[in-house]
Amino acid sequence: MPHTDILTERRSFIGQGGGKTVSCDRDSVSGAVSQRACVYCGARVVLNPITDAYHIIHGPIGCSSYTWDIRGSLSSGEDLYRNSFSTDLSEQDIVFGGAEKLTRAIDEVVAKHHPRLIFVYATCIVGVIDDDVEAVCRLAEQKYQLRCIPVKSPGFSGNKSYGYRMACEALMSLIRPASRQPRRLGVNLLGDFNLAGEIWIIRHYLEAIGIPVIATFTGDADYATLMQAPQATLNLVQCAGSMTYLARQMEDEFGIPYIKVSFFGREDTTASLIRIAQALGDASLIERARSFTQEQEAQLLPFEQAWREGLAHKKAAIYVGGGFKAISLIRQFNAMGMETVIVGTKTGKADDYELISQLVGPNTVILDDANPAELERFLKEKGADLLVGGVKERPLAYKLGLAFCDHNHERRHALAGYEGVRNFTREINLSLNSPVWSYMGGSI
Amino acid sequence: MLDATPKTQIKREALRINSCKTCQPVGALYAALGVHRCMPYSNGSQGCVAYHRTVLTRHYKDPMMAVSSSFTEGASVFGGKSNLTTGVKNVFDIYQPDIIAVHTTCLSEVIGDDLKAFIQDLDIPEGKYVVHCNTPSFKGSHINGYASMMGGFINYLSQKTGQSNGKLAVFPAWSEPSDLRLLKSYLEQMGIAYTLFPDQSGVVDAPMTDHFEYFPKGGTTIEEIRGLGDCTQVLGLGEWTIPEPCAALEKKCATPSTILPYPIGIQNTDRLLMTLTDLTGKPVPYAIEEERGQLIDLILDQHIWTSQKSCAIFGDPDFILGVTSLVLEMGMFPKYVLTGTPGHAFPKMCQALFEAYGVEDQCQAFEFDDLFDLHQFIKNDPVDLLIGTNYGKQIALAEGIPFVRAGWPVLDRYGHYLWPNIGYRGAMRFVERISGAIMDHVDAVCPDEDFDVVM
Repeated sequence: MPHTDILTERRSFIGQGGGKTVSCDRDSVSGAVSQRACVYCGARVVLNPITDAYHIIHGPIGCSSYTWDIRGSLSSGEDLYRNSFSTDLSEQDIVFGGAEKLTRAIDEVVAKHHPRLIFVYATCIVGVIDDDVEAVCRLAEQKYQLRCIPVKSPGFSGNKSYGYRMACEALMSLIRPASRQPRRLGVNLLGDFNLAGEIWIIRHYLEAIGIPVIATFTGDADYATLMQAPQATLNLVQCAGSMTYLARQMEDEFGIPYIKVSFFGREDTTASLIRIAQALGDASLIERARSFTQEQEAQLLPFEQAWREGLAHKKAAIYVGGGFKAISLIRQFNAMGMETVIVGTKTGKADDYELISQLVGPNTVILDDANPAELERFLKEKGADLLVGGVKERPLAYKLGLAFCDHNHERRHALAGYEGVRNFTREINLSLNSPVWSYMGGSI
Repeated sequence: MLDATPKTQIKREALRINSCKTCQPVGALYAALGVHRCMPYSNGSQGCVAYHRTVLTRHYKDPMMAVSSSFTEGASVFGGKSNLTTGVKNVFDIYQPDIIAVHTTCLSEVIGDDLKAFIQDLDIPEGKYVVHCNTPSFKGSHINGYASMMGGFINYLSQKTGQSNGKLAVFPAWSEPSDLRLLKSYLEQMGIAYTLFPDQSGVVDAPMTDHFEYFPKGGTTIEEIRGLGDCTQVLGLGEWTIPEPCAALEKKCATPSTILPYPIGIQNTDRLLMTLTDLTGKPVPYAIEEERGQLIDLILDQHIWTSQKSCAIFGDPDFILGVTSLVLEMGMFPKYVLTGTPGHAFPKMCQALFEAYGVEDQCQAFEFDDLFDLHQFIKNDPVDLLIGTNYGKQIALAEGIPFVRAGWPVLDRYGHYLWPNIGYRGAMRFVERISGAIMDHVDAVCPDEDFDVVM
């Protein structure tokens, strides 16, 4: 049995509910099995869902191959983004510089296709050998009359959150030239990546209320719709960790206000839809939002009651990427009559943790950037029945004999909106009440 | 799917599209998982190891433990020594492995970290070990990283005492845990004393035990790696990958080696068993001969469905050389055999196989290539079947051809790592899946009147 003592450096990152907060937003400790990824990963996951863009990864092959078609972002249009483009840097490129190879790679893309939009991601090594990626992109734009946008994402230059920010910078440089457009009633959806088609659900709700969706960042987005984003009257920020920065930029530069919303769980979905209508300030929209949400909730109620019995009093643990999702999940578990015993995030911010510590009781453990040793210790100590997390947490949960639901890239069904409540409830029930648990622990 | 792939091929030199390889460090990490109570350690920023753990977890559906130095801006300017020192101390303190296997990344290679010197200066707890290898991501592929990590363990640990331990050392190329289990069962059935290195079985395919183990039961022990220098002989399985670790052991301990093709297919398995007999004098038991007979029987039973069919095979060099050999034995044409791993030896080895079956005019082999090219080859001159990693599924869908998943990685299916590819049993599984895929395709596209329960 390995010691599950907590590293001294990690102690301040672990706390309990009831108002006290934890340290966060710092670099991971050397030698810990961190569940976090890097700056490049953050930038790539944010931008990759743009369906008709060429995402060229400037670096050795690994950076592109590990991120090839991993997000589960669905497209209603092109599937170009599901290919993997890389400069596959070799030793010679490292010695003599990779800028020239990047230029040729762009030339080859142009020769083969007629791209309108290229993103060039600078990885760790490009940051060290100091290729002038910006100059290469600028020259390509002049030579071919297309948009070629550098994404400064060397892995060592911060953590995944910093990568989100670099992606937001890239998006701003994309849409900035289109800033002078007339406004019209409509919203942009920020921080929805159309996993399992969730954008289509939210778009349907908003349109049913009478609110047009202009651009989506970045799920199911394409060049043409992104360039219309400056027309919007309001920005809706869902994945706050990745997209608040973009929303602030758009507010500063284009004067588009933003509100944070969440479509996870019945309560948050309803509250968000009404808040959106209120923010747009149109009495008839507010009225329609109220009646729409009442109708949806009424339809959902019998479903929730039917499933509640099998789930009530089960203990849930949450370990997800951002703080906002964790907050929605706590509310969702409360609504199901379940108790949240652990809440952790990989990139949560101080204000997220403050809210989390208010939402949960004093017996709930709160963790920032937890490693498997810590997760294991607290999952056992708190007697959790279910873990909600991502790809690296799933097998850990199973090995500990816990039910699991993927709330990340590998989600099987849409988890957003009222449909999402149904899917989420069914899925955790499926895992919690699988017959496989009855075979655990016994011998032949 | 893959609508952007045009039929017309344009020469590419700088742009890699849909690669058929990944970088060295993940190979080093996988090799290190084949050592008992070993913590793989990536000296670089934390993204690399997060990716490696993710891809391995998605393939094996088990938790994969590995750590990193978590380089930040400071380390990339001042070097990674302080991160490594802290990291190693933390790993021994909290996870308590017996050994840490450090590999480098493109970042630590370019900033010039001298791992050997760093490790010499470490304060390593009594009875524990730290080894390393260099895995620059901008050279070779994950396969080179795997070989390099084997060399790292050997260079640090293996010793020649002058007294033989009477064991046969077996060095497999990158293998699924199921294949390592099968290999061990052959050795055990023949009563041969052996050290299998590395051995990921029992680590990446650990059973459900109700409690989580950082270091499951499996893996070659440090004692066994130390004893490699006293083994009578090395039997290497994989002509592409294994010469490097064999050379490392020969240099250090003068242990001789015999290297065979990776044992997929009839002849490759025959050669493995005959060589085992030659080296040890132990006969092949009837139970194994019986399996061979069953395999031949199966190939015969289904041969009208697979003979003369063409296929494309892609993946890692040793693995697909074995698959190529098997499909040739089945009377198929491996029209395109493609690896992303660079190395001129690969097409030559394929060529020798093509010539042995007189199909060199119909078949081509490619190294350092990618799946975009493969897709274009298929668009221009189609095949009846595609065999390779999960990244073939999009091509198979786009071109409407049957597809058999094989090799690493296969992220989109469960349980494959429990069933062998090598040996007669592995070949039986291949034949069943290949003929099944071809026949499923016939069922799916044939007119109603041809749809029959008897096939």
